Amino acid sequence: MVSNTAAKLTLKAENVSVYYGPTLAVREVYLDIPRNQIVALVGPSGCGKSTILRCFNRLNDLIPGARVEGQIHFDGRDICDPRVDPVELRRRVGMVFQKPNPFPKSIYENIAFGARINGYQGDMDELIERSLKGAALWDEVKDKLKESGLSLSGGQQQRLCIARAIAIEPEVILMDEPCSALDPISTHKIEELMHDLKKRYTLVIVTHNMQQASRVSDRTAFFNAKETAQGGKLGYLVEYDSTQRIFSDPKEETTRDYVSGRFG
Amino acid sequence: MDVNDSRSAVASPRQTDRFRQNLPSRYSRDRVFQASAWLATGIAVAVLVWLLLTILIDGVGTLNWTFITSYPSRKPEQAGILAALAGTLWVMVVVAAVTFPVGVGAGIYLEEFASDSWLTRLIEINISNLAGVPSIIYGLLGLAAFVRLMEPVTGGRSVLSGALTLTLLILPVVIVATREALRAVSNSIRLAGLALGATQWQVVWNHVLPIAFPGILTGVILALSRAIGETAPLIAIGALTFIPFLPEGLQSPFTVLPIQIYNWIGRPQDEFHAIAASGIIVLMAVLLLMNTLAIYLRNRFQKSL
Ligand SMILES: Nc1ncnc2c1ncn2[C@@H]1O[C@H](COP(=O)(O)OP(=O)(O)O)[C@@H](O)[C@H]1O
Ligand SMILES: [Mg+2]
Repeated sequence: MVSNTAAKLTLKAENVSVYYGPTLAVREVYLDIPRNQIVALVGPSGCGKSTILRCFNRLNDLIPGARVEGQIHFDGRDICDPRVDPVELRRRVGMVFQKPNPFPKSIYENIAFGARINGYQGDMDELIERSLKGAALWDEVKDKLKESGLSLSGGQQQRLCIARAIAIEPEVILMDEPCSALDPISTHKIEELMHDLKKRYTLVIVTHNMQQASRVSDRTAFFNAKETAQGGKLGYLVEYDSTQRIFSDPKEETTRDYVSGRFG
Repeated sequence: MDVNDSRSAVASPRQTDRFRQNLPSRYSRDRVFQASAWLATGIAVAVLVWLLLTILIDGVGTLNWTFITSYPSRKPEQAGILAALAGTLWVMVVVAAVTFPVGVGAGIYLEEFASDSWLTRLIEINISNLAGVPSIIYGLLGLAAFVRLMEPVTGGRSVLSGALTLTLLILPVVIVATREALRAVSNSIRLAGLALGATQWQVVWNHVLPIAFPGILTGVILALSRAIGETAPLIAIGALTFIPFLPEGLQSPFTVLPIQIYNWIGRPQDEFHAIAASGIIVLMAVLLLMNTLAIYLRNRFQKSL
């Protein structure tokens, strides 16, 4: 790879394999994630997209028996190294989950919490406003910041979760099927938001929606799974390229079949 | 698929006769179950009302201010419940003060922090089993440990010994209730907090505990309600039955309401049976107060969510 593009990398996964207990779930993944781009992870259910995504903020640490092999370079360090503090890492690599999960507290508190625990020194009101604006939610909630986050609609809740994630000023935001629980209009709003977010953050999104991947992402990684001898499934990366290439002229036949909706 | 096949599937007549909806029979089963549920509730309520009524009829006559403010006496008309009531309040305050931090703390540790090792599993099994041990056994343990072994600290058959014995008795219940309440908190909340760079303790303290707290509180108060009515373990540790004074401290001798009631019921004179009923009314009033407090606190915390 040319060195000037390498300098713009944020995350670089090298030969990453993940085990759950004794079973290998995903094998030998290589992924370069360039700064200020959106990378989409697509593929059929169970092929390990979420598993790989959780490697980037060490959320797999929380699953008993989960083990990650290989290296993920982030800011000159291998974040798979147990000496890297996951608490510190997660401030810099935020995450938005599939199902909106605001805290059952006020909209204000939802955002203030992350800032407070991470020792934010500035003006809290200003941060809340900036984060909500960044998540395109400010106009809808500015008069009810004291109301519960759970009083919002699903799409608003998801944007609140995005606001909460960007309030601690991460470098990367991981999103695991962020729109799969939302209606088309909310989905559209979040997709527009992703375009904005890309200017300041690097995004890695998992999606089941091929149109979404082709609309929002710059690069697409296609994962697949094959049956193992034990009857389980083993996920692997089939192909990783620019989104345009993946959707128009992929190298692999399975990729073409999948992105055109012929299986999966 | 063969085109002919699918066409014939569409063209085939609707075979409604293959379904036997049988609505009358399903609805009547509905009614039978509703009636049984009503009957079960009715029986439970009737027994309760009958119990309350007999006690009220027996006890209301002798229940007055003198009864509540007098010490026990050999003469039933002069005997009162003051020492036992004060003893019960003392014991319950100490039990609550020890049970809450220890029980809830252990529950939090086991549910949120302990890794899944053979040791934690052993502890878990033991706690569940301890919840089923008869209360008299705890009395014997309290006698050996608190009254005898730790006499210099507890002062023998004292408020403190009694309270610690009851604490042991209800700790398993509190731990189990705490864990249930924590387990009911959606894991997505924990993940949300951790993904923001919170430590595990920050997530537990700021998000999990506030959600679980009403449930934990209910468990603690129910356990305390059980402790308040316990007689056997306190008799086993030798709580006195005739206490003509108020406890002055943790090391004072004491008696509690159920022991006093038990003592009066055991006497041959009918007058004592009447004041025993009055004592039961007082005990129930204390219980009712505690449960009211529990419901009040629970609603307050639920509202603040
Ligand atoms: N917590 C877990 N414990 C054990 N196995 C898991 C766990 N999470 C995922 N897996 C397994 O790992 C594989 C990949 O799952 P996942 O990453 O969720 O796939 P995807 O997100 O692509 O649908 C699946 O076979 C799944 O059964
Ligand atoms: Mg997934």
